[in-house]
Amino acid sequence: MQLTVWTYEGPPHVGAMRVATAMEGVHYVLHAPQGDTYADLLFTMIERRSKRPPVTYTTFEARDLGTDTAALFQRTLISAYERFQPQAMLVGASCTAELIQDDPAGLAKASNLPVPVIPLELPSYQRKENWGAAETFYQVVRTLAGSGRAAVADADALKPLGSDGVPGNPPLPAGISPTRGEIVDVGAAPQSSMQDAKAQDDSGVRASSISPLVGEMPGRAEGGDAASLRSGQGDQLGPTEKNARRPSCNILGPTALGFRHRDDVAEIRKLLGEIGVAVNVVAPLGASPADIARLGEADFNVVLYPEIAGVAAKWLKRTFGQEFTTVVPIGHGATRDFVAEVRKLAGLPTEEADEAAEPASRLPWFSRSVDSNYLTGKRVFVFGDATHALAAARVATEEFGFTLCGLGTYSREFARDIRAAAERYGVEALISDDYLDVEAAIAAAQPELVLGTQMERHIAKRLGVACAVISAPVHVQDYPARYSPQMGFEGANVLWDSWVHPLVMGLEEHLLGMFRDDFEFNDAAVPSHLGSGVRVAAEPAVIAAPQMAEATLASAPADTLTTPEIWHVEAEAELRKIPFFVRGKARRNTEKFAAERGLSEITVETLYDAKAHYSR
Amino acid sequence: MNGPLNLAGGIAGASLPTKGCTERPVLRERGQREVFCGLTGIVWLHRKIQDAFFLVVGSRTCAHLMQSAAGVMIFAEPRFATAVMEERDLAGLADANEELDIAVTRLIERRPDIKMLFLVGSCPSEVIKLDLSRAAARLSERYAPDVRILNYSGSGIETTFTQGEDNCLAALVPQLPEVETAAPQLLVVGALADVVEDQFARLFDAMGIDDVRFLPPRRARDLPPVGASTRYLLAQPFLGETARVLEQRGASRIAAPFPLGAEGTTLWLKAAADAFGVDPMRFRSATAAAEARAKRALEPFRAELSGRSIFFFPDSQLEIPLARMLSRELGMQLTEVGTPYLHRQHLAEELALLPGDVQLSEGQDVDRQLDRARAARPDISVCGLGLANPLEMEGLTTKWSIELLFTPIQGYEQAGDLAGLFARPLDRKTRLRV
Ligand code: SF4
Repeated sequence: MQLTVWTYEGPPHVGAMRVATAMEGVHYVLHAPQGDTYADLLFTMIERRSKRPPVTYTTFEARDLGTDTAALFQRTLISAYERFQPQAMLVGASCTAELIQDDPAGLAKASNLPVPVIPLELPSYQRKENWGAAETFYQVVRTLAGSGRAAVADADALKPLGSDGVPGNPPLPAGISPTRGEIVDVGAAPQSSMQDAKAQDDSGVRASSISPLVGEMPGRAEGGDAASLRSGQGDQLGPTEKNARRPSCNILGPTALGFRHRDDVAEIRKLLGEIGVAVNVVAPLGASPADIARLGEADFNVVLYPEIAGVAAKWLKRTFGQEFTTVVPIGHGATRDFVAEVRKLAGLPTEEADEAAEPASRLPWFSRSVDSNYLTGKRVFVFGDATHALAAARVATEEFGFTLCGLGTYSREFARDIRAAAERYGVEALISDDYLDVEAAIAAAQPELVLGTQMERHIAKRLGVACAVISAPVHVQDYPARYSPQMGFEGANVLWDSWVHPLVMGLEEHLLGMFRDDFEFNDAAVPSHLGSGVRVAAEPAVIAAPQMAEATLASAPADTLTTPEIWHVEAEAELRKIPFFVRGKARRNTEKFAAERGLSEITVETLYDAKAHYSR
Repeated sequence: MNGPLNLAGGIAGASLPTKGCTERPVLRERGQREVFCGLTGIVWLHRKIQDAFFLVVGSRTCAHLMQSAAGVMIFAEPRFATAVMEERDLAGLADANEELDIAVTRLIERRPDIKMLFLVGSCPSEVIKLDLSRAAARLSERYAPDVRILNYSGSGIETTFTQGEDNCLAALVPQLPEVETAAPQLLVVGALADVVEDQFARLFDAMGIDDVRFLPPRRARDLPPVGASTRYLLAQPFLGETARVLEQRGASRIAAPFPLGAEGTTLWLKAAADAFGVDPMRFRSATAAAEARAKRALEPFRAELSGRSIFFFPDSQLEIPLARMLSRELGMQLTEVGTPYLHRQHLAEELALLPGDVQLSEGQDVDRQLDRARAARPDISVCGLGLANPLEMEGLTTKWSIELLFTPIQGYEQAGDLAGLFARPLDRKTRLRV
C-alpha cells in the first residue's frame, strides 16, 4: 500500500476516458461502482467540455455482487449501444470490477454488437492514467487501422529487457487479469540519451536536443527497441513511392484533458502546412473510427506526446512502415529540430539559412535583449510528465540562460530518460509520484523559479517561490480562453511570457536588494506587476490562509530552512537584508562554507567571506 | 399547496397542510447513477473534526476521486489520505493487513496531533473482504490511549455521497460515553458549519435548553454522552444508520422537518422546544427576531424565484427538504425531485409539507432522467458537476448540488444565502449579453 495524499495521475481507466472523450463516434462502457462517475467532472468542469464524456458506467452495488453483475454489464452495454449508436465501442473495468472478474471482453463478444468492440485490459493496481491512455490508443489503432502492408516482424519487440524495470511493479498475481500474459517490465531502450543525441546529430538534429521518446511503456510487449526504430533508417522507407502528391503525416497523441493539447495541435498543424506537409489524421483528438482506419495512408507520423502515442506509433511503424518523429517541438530550438526532422521524414530538402535572419519566434531576441540579463543563472526546478520536463529543462538552460537545480518526473515509465538528462545537467533526478517527496526536494533545492504542475504551484506558493505550470495534472486555469500552445514557435512565445511573468523584474530586483528597510519592500511584497496578494513566508513555515491552519506536516520540509543555532544574531539580521528570493541560497552557501571550515558560529564576517567565496 | 404560502403570519405552530400525503407515488429507477460515493463526505468531515484523520483504504481511483471532488487541490496537507492498494496487497489478506499496519504506523508517526483515525473502507477493500473493523481493533490496541482508531464504509457499492457521513457518525456512536444524568439532554446530529452550530447553541440557550451537545464534535476528545435520557434532533436528512445506532443506545428521536429556510428552522427548533417543554412565549421571544430577519432576507429572492420551476437530480438526500423550502417559502414550482435514497420515516414531516403534484423519484437512470429534464425544461436544474455544463450547453440553467454541502445553509441567518444560491444562476442569465 502506498500512502498517498495527492496523485499526479488518475487510474488507467481515466486514461481510457481521455481517449474515448477525445474521439468522435466512440462509446466506452465501464464496469464500475457509482462513485467512479466522478471522472465525468474532470471533463465537464476542469476542461469545460460542453458534452458529457461518452461513457456509461454500470454502477453496480453491493447487493448486485451476490446476484449477477455480469448480466448487468451486458444489459448496460446493449442499452448504451442502442441509445448512443456509436461506430465503435470500448469496454473495460475499473479497479473494483477488475476484482470481480466479470470478463467484459467475453461478455461484449457474446453480445454480438454490429460494431467493433474493443476490450481494454487496464491493470488498475499496477498502472496509471498515462499508461491507460497509451494502451487504449494502441488498442483502438490496432483494431481499427487495418493490417496495412506486410507487418514487419520485429524480434526485438518481444525481447524482455530483464531486471532493470520499474520498481514497485511486481507481476500480476494469478487471477487478477488472466489474459494479460505479456507483462514484462520494459524499463527503457538500452540506449542513453547522450548516445541518442549523437544519433540525432547524424540525422541533422542538434546534438543538444533530448528526446523523451526513448522511454518505453512497461508492460507492453509492443514497446520494442527504440534504437532499431530511429529515424536515421527512414530514408529507404520514405515517401518516394507516393511522391506524386504532397507528403502527408498523422498527428498522434492529443487527448481530452491534456495540457494545452488542442492549441498544440493547431500550432503544429499550421507549422506542418508551412513546411508543405499535409495532415492526414489527428488522433485521438477529434478522430472517428473511420479516421483511424485511414491512418495507414499517411507517409509518416508526428508524435506529439510520446507518453500517449509512443506505443501506437511503434505499431504503425511495424505495420505500415511509417516512420515517426522523435523531437517534441517545445521551445524555439526544439521546434527548429522538429522542422528539420519532419523535412527529413517527408523527403523535403533541408532549409536553414533564412531562419537566422528572421527567427520564427520572438524568444531568441527577447532572451538576448539586455533587460533579460537578470535571468542569467536563476535557479530553476523542473518537474512534470517526462515530455514536458525534458523539454522545459532544455528551454530553461539553452533559451533562458537559467541554471537547472532539479529535474524530475512522476512518469516512472520514462525514468531512464530523465536520469540521463539529469546527469547531463549535473543534477540529481527525482523520480517520484509522492507529492511530499517532491515538496521536500524543492524545499531543499531552494530554486528561484519552479516549472512544474499544479501540485508544484501549491508547493512554490507555500515556499514563496515563483512558479509556472508546464505539465499535467491540470486545473481549470490550464484551459485559458486565449490561444496558448506550448509547442511550435508560438508556443515558444508563450513559454517566454509565462515563465518570465512570475519573476521579480530586473531593476526591481536591484532596488529590493539596495533598500531593504523600505517598508514596502518587505518579504510579503509580491512583484509589483502581480498586483495584490500575500506572499507566504518561506521561513519559518507559517501557513496563513484560513482553511489550512494545521501545518504540522506541511512544515516538515520547510523546517530544513529554519535557523540552526550556529547563526549569530547580527549575522542573522544581516541575512534578512538579502532579498527573500536569494536568501535561501545565501543561507545555504554560508552554512556549507562554515561547515567545511568547522566554524562553530556564523558571524557577519563569515557571511561575507562565504559570499566572496561563492561569487565568481 | 401549489401557490405561494402566505408568509406574513407567524409560522411557528402553523397548521400543516393536509394535502401533502406521505404515501405519494415515487418513481423508482435502477440504471446508471451519477452520484459520488460516500468517500466524498471526508472532504467536509476532515475539517469538522479537527483532530481526526481519515485514511481511505482503497485504490488510485479513490484517491483521485477525493482530490477531484474537492474541486480544487486543497493547499496544505489535508487530514485525509489514501492507502492505495497495489498488486501485492491483493495477493493475500495477511499481506494487506500487514501493509495497512505499516501505512498507519507511518501516518501516526508523522502526525502526532491525530487523536482519532478513521479507516475508511472502499469498494476494493470490501470486495477483497479486508476486515477494517478487525484492523481498527488491532491497531487501537497498539495505539491506545493516544489514538482511537475506528472504521466505516464510504464505498460506492454501499453508500452514496452523504451516506459516508452517516456511516462515519454511526461509527462514532459506540464510542460515546454513557450519559450520567436522568435529566433530558439534547443531541443535535449531523455535521453543520461551525457558525451555524454556534447560532443554534445560542437559540437553544435562549429557550432555556441548556444541555445541548453536537455530533460530530469539533474535537474527537469532546465526544458527547448518550443514553436513555438523550433526545436527538437530526440536522441532516441522510442519517438513517446513525439514528438507528443512537436508538440502540437508548436515545429517542425528535421528529421534525429540517432547518432549511425560515419556516423549516422554526419548525425544527419548535420540535425540540416542545420535546423539552419550553414555554411557547419563551420560544417566541427566543426565535422571533431571528425568524423575522430570515423572512426579510428571503423577500427579495421570493420576487425573483416565485413561479420559477426547478428539477432536482438525485445527489445529497437534501433534495426533499430543499424542495419543500423552495416551494413554500419562495414559491418555486417543483417538477421532479430526485433523491438517491428516500428515508420515509425521517422525511415524514417534510413529505407532509410538499405540494401534492410533485414527482418524486428515488435512485437513478441518468440518461432517462436527462430525457425527462429536457422535456420539462425547468428554469433551474440542481445537479452534480458531471451534468452541469452539458445541461448549460443545452440551454438549461443549473445549480451545482455540491455547493449545498460546502456552504452554510441551515438556520435563520443562512436562509437568505440559501435562496441566493438558487437565485444567482438566474440573475447571471439575465445579466449576460454574450
Ligand atoms: S466508488 Fe468505490 S472505487 Fe470508486 S472511488 Fe468510491 S470507494 Fe473508490
